Amino acid sequence: MNIVVCVKHIPDPNIPGELEGGRLKRSGVQGVLDPGDEFGVETGLQLKEAHGGEVTLVSMGPPTAMEAIRRGLSMGADKGLLVSDDALQGACALVTARVLAAAIKKSGPFDLVIAGVESTDGYTGTMPSTLAELLDVPQVTFVKRLDSADGTIRADRQTAEGYQVVESPLPALITVTAGVNSPRYASFKGIMAAKKKPVDNLSIGDLGLSSEEVTSMQQIASVGSAEARKAGEVIEDDGTGAQRVAEFLKEAKVI
Amino acid sequence: MPADLRLLDDDERSLVGLVREFCDREARPQSHDFESKEQDPAPLYRQLAELGITGIPFPEEHGGAGQSYSTYLLVIEELAHAYLSLAIGLSVHTLCAFAVNQFGTDAQKKEVLARLTTGEWFGAYSLSEPGSGSDAAALSTKAARSNGGYSLNGGKVFCTRGAEADVVLMMARTGPEGARGITAFLLEKATPGFNGAKKEDKMGWRSSPTWSLTLDDVEVPDSRRLGDEGIGFKIALASLDSGRLGIAACGIGLAQAALDATLAFTTDREQFGRPVAANEGVQFMLADMATGIEAGRRLYRHAARLRDAGEDYSLQAAQAKLFCTDVAMKVTTDAVQLHGGYGYITEYPVERFMREAKGLQIVEGTNQIQRYVIGRRLTGA
Repeated sequence: MNIVVCVKHIPDPNIPGELEGGRLKRSGVQGVLDPGDEFGVETGLQLKEAHGGEVTLVSMGPPTAMEAIRRGLSMGADKGLLVSDDALQGACALVTARVLAAAIKKSGPFDLVIAGVESTDGYTGTMPSTLAELLDVPQVTFVKRLDSADGTIRADRQTAEGYQVVESPLPALITVTAGVNSPRYASFKGIMAAKKKPVDNLSIGDLGLSSEEVTSMQQIASVGSAEARKAGEVIEDDGTGAQRVAEFLKEAKVI
Repeated sequence: MPADLRLLDDDERSLVGLVREFCDREARPQSHDFESKEQDPAPLYRQLAELGITGIPFPEEHGGAGQSYSTYLLVIEELAHAYLSLAIGLSVHTLCAFAVNQFGTDAQKKEVLARLTTGEWFGAYSLSEPGSGSDAAALSTKAARSNGGYSLNGGKVFCTRGAEADVVLMMARTGPEGARGITAFLLEKATPGFNGAKKEDKMGWRSSPTWSLTLDDVEVPDSRRLGDEGIGFKIALASLDSGRLGIAACGIGLAQAALDATLAFTTDREQFGRPVAANEGVQFMLADMATGIEAGRRLYRHAARLRDAGEDYSLQAAQAKLFCTDVAMKVTTDAVQLHGGYGYITEYPVERFMREAKGLQIVEGTNQIQRYVIGRRLTGA
């Protein structure tokens, strides 16, 4: 089974982010493999362990994004592909999907593409669906459990009310939710081995993409701070406390 | 303010990064629970094996990571920064593996060392007896020839993870009184007659089990004798030279944890309308703590570099063990002081650090024995 996992190198979410020209500052800040993508890498590795094959990591980003690929390789993935090009700075989700689609096609035939539901920095959540369309494969989103047999996948797909059981032929694209598994730690031997694993560095020219295709369609008009969290409501119990708490919960549709 | 990584190479930085992640996610958050329950953190030891850090300074052909002893000590310091008892356990394990790597036959390296380096087995080290502590060469546990092997009888004390370990490096007397009558054995867990008699109730390191062991007609085959008869004391001391650097690194990791906690507390806590750390008197104490730690770190790493270069390092190992654990005692004591009343209650970790530092001044040769070793080396006495 040839598995492609999309991974993203993002500013460490544990360190408060800074803005630079309306965008998240990325250069010179501590970066990590998007924690959401760790679940995708783990899913890929588990499928490989069960069915054989190869796990390829594909990413787009500045040269430092190689750290995210190395991290996935040290967890056990087999090879990596990074598309890095100055022309891609500030790329929108559509451009990202075009670039990843071209990179995935270039990396060879695949059975399954895995991505996180959304990135932990951009949060658009639109890239994976766009990618599936560009690759012309069915997509199963919000996967919280996955089986694979005889050229198909069977997935539990998280919904607001519960989950759907969805089957799809391969090749396909899935997005996995946080908590779908427990991502493994890299081992020291894995870290050492990762240094010897093959990684391709490609530019948009290598992928045959035109400059129009990598021109962002969206513009950021302005960036503002999220509304500060308001203080909670304190209910003094004057004999009606329980009733007022119940009403509050009812209003919030909790009960 | 964790240890400075700027001068480390890529491999070392990767390794420290891996260990810090494990410490932040697993070891540190669980340490208080294991300590308060006095429970050996067996699941964390299994994770150390999965991370591939149970055999860092041993050859790759025997399952190790083929790294330097200096690199291994970086790991010990990081672990001690998060959870001292766990770092002690790995240090003791390495003490045992070191002896097998240095003095074992090819068969012993295949059967025992390869299991230790991969973490399939954990090792322990047993030298002290009720009547022989600092005067270790006076030990009286007997190993008599029996059925083509040996029969061991006697009792040991203060053996870290003695009942949890899969194999214990055990010193026993096969010959006359004194150092030359001592032989080393690799004693496997559950060998009939070999038992953990009593788990000690200790001041600190409460999740690092310390055992009194009994040996009643314990049959050990020749294949588990480590080295020739009579060189057991040499093996014990060589292991301790290495082990002392592990304890020194533990001291620095622990002291750094105490300083970090104290910096966080004194910059946050306000008295007289300003942070406690804004007082020059407090800053002077913090400065001394940080400087002692950095000096100790340089000392143990210098000794480790001598060891890695194949140079004699036993003087520097004794100096590093002495200095780093004395620093740990002073820094943790000052950490409690600078926390005021909060330092004396168990809600904050520094009272535990102070109790733990005391143990480091005692194990693997008391600090008085270290001074004795250093003095003898200086004077040639």
